[in-house]
Parts: sequence; C-alpha cells; structure tokens
Amino acid sequence: MNIERQEIEKLATLARIAIEEGTITGVGERLGSVLELVDQLQAADTSGLDGKSYSIQAIQRLREDEVTEINQREALQALAPDTEEGLFLVPKVIE
Amino acid sequence: MHNLTIAELIKGLQSKEFSSVELTQHFLDRIATMNPGYNALITVTADQALRDAAEADRRLAAGNAPALCGVPMLHKDIFCTSGVRTSCGSKMLDNFIPPYNATVVENFEQAGAVVLGKTNMDEFAMGSSNETSFYGPVQNPWDTDCVPGGSSGGSAAAVAARLAPGATATDTGGSIRQPAALCGITGLKPTYGRVSRWGMIAFASSLDQGGPMARTAEDCAIMLSCMASFDEKDSTSIDQEVPDYSATLSKDVQGLRVGVPAEYFSEGLNPGTEKAVRAALAELEAQGAEIIDISLPNTGLSVPAYYVIAPAEASANLSRFDGVKYGYRCEDPKDLQDLYTRTRAEGFGEEVQRRILIGTYCLSAGYYDAYYGKAQQVRKLIQQDFERAFATVDVIMGPTCPTPAFKFGSKGDDPVAMYLEDIYTIATNLAGLPGMSVPCGMVDNKPVGLQIIGNYFDEARILNIAHQYQQATDWHNQAPEGVTS
Repeated sequence: MNIERQEIEKLATLARIAIEEGTITGVGERLGSVLELVDQLQAADTSGLDGKSYSIQAIQRLREDEVTEINQREALQALAPDTEEGLFLVPKVIE
Repeated sequence: MHNLTIAELIKGLQSKEFSSVELTQHFLDRIATMNPGYNALITVTADQALRDAAEADRRLAAGNAPALCGVPMLHKDIFCTSGVRTSCGSKMLDNFIPPYNATVVENFEQAGAVVLGKTNMDEFAMGSSNETSFYGPVQNPWDTDCVPGGSSGGSAAAVAARLAPGATATDTGGSIRQPAALCGITGLKPTYGRVSRWGMIAFASSLDQGGPMARTAEDCAIMLSCMASFDEKDSTSIDQEVPDYSATLSKDVQGLRVGVPAEYFSEGLNPGTEKAVRAALAELEAQGAEIIDISLPNTGLSVPAYYVIAPAEASANLSRFDGVKYGYRCEDPKDLQDLYTRTRAEGFGEEVQRRILIGTYCLSAGYYDAYYGKAQQVRKLIQQDFERAFATVDVIMGPTCPTPAFKFGSKGDDPVAMYLEDIYTIATNLAGLPGMSVPCGMVDNKPVGLQIIGNYFDEARILNIAHQYQQATDWHNQAPEGVTS
C-alpha cells in the first residue's frame, strides 16, 4: 500500500513529529506495510456489533469532590526543562 | 542463594538461614558481574537496596515481617519509582526522576521487598525483541546471539540469569508472556483491571496490564497476591477482593476441561514448539484433565485489530511528551512548533514514532470509522470467540509464541514480521483475559512456552494448573549454561 508524500507530511504535522526529508520514502513504505496488515479488518463481518461495549462489566466510579492531593508544584516543576516564577517556559509565541 | 525460589527465600529469611543484607549483596554482586553482558538492567539501586535490606533484617528479627520482607526484586522501568530514574526505555525519559511511586511499587514496598533496580525494555513497551530500547538490546541468557523477547525482555532475562528471583513486568499484546517463553521462565498477565495502572507509564490504556515474572507458578502466585489490589487512583481498577493465590495451588486438575484452539496450531508454528506444547497437554491429560478441540475463528484478525487500537491509544497517550513539563527537550528551539516537533523526533525512537503516526492516521478525519471503529467491532468479535469457548471449557491452552528465541536483526526492516510474533498472545489483551506462559520444553537448547488462558479473574485457577504441571515436570528448573554456579 502506497502512502502519498503529502499524506505523510500531514501526519507528521498532526503528530508533531519532524520527519527528515531524506527519510520520507522509507517511513511511507513501512507505514504502508502496517496499513496493509490492518486492512485485513475490512473483510470481517461486523454488522450489528457495538464496538463500544466490553466483556468486563465495569462501572465508572464517582467520588466526592474533595481535595486528596497536596500541592507539589515545586517538586513537579523541578522536572521541567525550563521554568521561571512557577511558570513553564517555552519559546516566544506572540510577536 | 540465587538458585532458590521466592518461596524458598522467604523461608530462609524467616528461619534466619541468611539475612536480607547477605542475600541482597549476593544478587548485587551477580548483577555487577553479569549484567554488563546481558544488559538486562538500566538502573541499579545498590545503596538503597542495602539500606532497605538492613531495615528488612530488623523487621525479621522483631518478628513482625510482612509477606515479602527482605526478598530482592526488580521493577520494569515502566513503573514510576520515587527518586529513581524511570526511563521507559526511551531517550525521552532518560532524565525523568518521578516524584512518586506507582501503586505496584508501593505494594511491594508495603510487603517489605527490596528493590535491586530497574529492568531494560522496548521503548515505551513497543516491541517484541527488546531491540527498540534506547539503552541497547538485552541478550537472551540461553543464547546471547538471540533476543530475550519483549517488551519485558530485561525482566525476563534477569530472572532467567538469576540476577533476581522475580521481577515486575507489563503486557499490552504479549509483553509478559512472550519474553517469559523465550527466556524459559514463568510469567502471568492478569485480567485487565486486576493490577493498578497508576504510575505505570501508559502505552495503550485499554490493553496495558502489569503482572509478575518469576521461575515458578508458585512464585508468581506469591508476587501477584502482593501486586494485585483495588486502587481508587486507577479508574479501570476493579473493586474485587484479591484472593490468596498461594492457597489454591495444590488442587489437582482432575476433570479440568482444557480447550485447544485449532487456530493456535496454524501455519508458521515451529514443529518443535508444537511437539513440546502437545507433550504438555498430554501430561495434563495424564493428570486427569480433558483435552477438547475448540475454535477461536477470529484469531487471525487480532493482530490487525491490535495495530489499530494500540497505536491509536499510544498516539493520544504519548502526546504528553512535548518537551515542556518534563523529559527531553531539543536544543535551541526556534519557536513552539519547532520545540514540539524536534523534541519528539529526537526523543522518540523509530518504532515509537511509527506507532504514533499509525495511530494518528487511524484517528484522523475521514479514517476514524474505517479503522478505529472497525477495529473496536472486531475486538468485540474476538471477545465473543472467547465467551463461546468458555461456555464449554475451563481454560484454553496453546503455544505462547510461534518459535523459540530468534536472532538479533532477523526480523529485518518490515515491522509487520515482528508484529506477527504476538499472534497467539494479542487476542487475550483485546478481550481483557488473564494469560500465562509456563516453560514446557526445549528446541535447539532454547526454551518453549505453554500458554494458559483463563476466564476473567480466574488467575487462581491458571496458577493452580501451572503449579500442578510444574510439580510433574522439570522444564522450569532448567537453567542457561553458567548461571546456576
């Protein structure tokens, strides 16, 4: 299965992954190979099946709206590449 | 001491045959000598382990020791460990030191286990050979030219090489069972929801499940009794009492109905693997089990369905790695888009990027119904196959994987060749069922795994069957050359 260059560029934009010019053909070939595999699904007769139900009858639990976690801003921001005065820093967005 | 099982180590510690400090130092020495070859561990936590062992010895002396007090263990590097780097096998998280423990890690800590370190794995658990790890591949102790399987390849190789008596692992499409089979150890993927996913780095949230790896079913039972719990922090955790899995191991298998699906003995199955699995079935038949031919007709659709659902979930889960809050960030980003796209291109390896792109494709406008919607319906078909089967049988058995361990690089450039490695394991993840791999033979001096699939929450039964099988056979006691001395 062949994937157009334009399609890969669109995917790369959506997925926020930079793909180097020289690798686009190879990436496309391997994605095509996987999509060929998953295209086998199309032959399955799934009429009348609800894909949203599960075998385990789990119920979504609710809890009281109470604070259970303590504020760990400093500990969590210590992991960040760049912070200032409690804010995460990124390159300038507004000119 | 490294040849003792967890059950034997608990007895030895409680009867003061050896101390936890002695035991811990012994395993740390083995890791220091042997791990540079196997590459099974990413991080060794020697100082902390010795401190925890000393504390365990105090509790053992005081006579108030919990279940696993002083027993050394390893955690797959997907479980967050407070203050200890948790990389998930990725450059993206090479510098990530979590400020909290995963519930699984907490459970082992409460039980008094001593953590020796963190095991190597395929990057973000995406792989079946451990070749996608940022930290390099893990060697299979049975044949160092061969892969240990994946994604929990480090945990499996470490247990096989007796660098630890047990290790935690996770299974999204076979990542506990396949490496357990390839390394000749015992591993169990529990029912979805049995083990908390809190603090377990997410790959595909509707499929991911943590479980134990050890040398025997008895040890897996001990580990699972500690590992499984209801956890309010995981919204898919199931509020059901955790049984004492060790208590029911000794029941016999008389009258047990074992379903053997024709589809698990299809083309591509190694003849030696088939022979070993058939011999294991004959052994259980001799013990009084009834072998019943069954069909799981949609087995062939499980790999295609998985490679829509798992990448779709992964593409959403991994969107959090953006170079802003934690983890890797590219050098000198020129603007915000450049920061995102280069961070992710440089921080993720090729297989992870591929799965994100596939997931993005399947979820994108115009393709959603044809791919994701269809795959979810096929998932239902697969669940119905199992429901029909479990109406007439108690458990299902077959091979864990089609061949014994394969050589590094042998799957070539086409990702699909590697994906098909999980042909017998993926369906249980799609259905949410528990599955286990137990050593049942050798082909060319490489181990073969018997897979035992149970109904929902039937872990006690499959552990019982595996234990009964191991009482009558010796495959789980086989060891790679040079690791027992």
